[in-house]
Amino acid sequence: MQLARVIGTVVATVKNESLEGRKLLVVQTLNKELEPAGKPMVAVDSVGAGVGELVFWCRGKEASFPFKREDTPTDCTIIAIVDSNAHVTQGLKRGAQSSCLE
Amino acid sequence: MIIARILGTVVSTQKDERLLGKKLLIVRPINVDGTDTTGYVVAVDTVGAGFHERVLVVAGSSARLAQGMKDTPVDAAIVGIIDTVDITAPGIVKSSIVNE
Repeated sequence: MQLARVIGTVVATVKNESLEGRKLLVVQTLNKELEPAGKPMVAVDSVGAGVGELVFWCRGKEASFPFKREDTPTDCTIIAIVDSNAHVTQGLKRGAQSSCLE
Repeated sequence: MIIARILGTVVSTQKDERLLGKKLLIVRPINVDGTDTTGYVVAVDTVGAGFHERVLVVAGSSARLAQGMKDTPVDAAIVGIIDTVDITAPGIVKSSIVNE
């Protein structure tokens, strides 16, 4: 699972029947400093995310598990919305307080 | 899933019997601004896509989950024909792909 930012939407009228009614979003993977890393991908939305939101997503076969299993052909699914940038924290050395990134 | 552009077709007579009747297409992954990347993938078509169209390609074992792909030996399937891709996040130059 990785953090990502939703940066856009995809519209596809003609699609495989098993994708009917699913929302497709363009997501940009982020590194732990929440900076863009890697190429944007198209993900199926399972939680109602919108453009601009910080989310995390999973890849591979597990990406189809949020939907009816063995039913939705997706290798990339948004599975959660992060409350805000400030809710992504990194642990520091023992004894030091963990700090917010932003 | 990735966005890809259809480059051509593949004809294969001798193939696994579970691939009989499936259309095989060569696709090249493209960026969200519509520019080409390198490389290609042979993908099974499940939506009736045609030459030069921009499509959605699902890779890995999830490709088998598409309707009509159950138990087929496939790791890339075309599952949608793209109408538009809109990049609208704040701070990012707006760009969009529109299939002609």
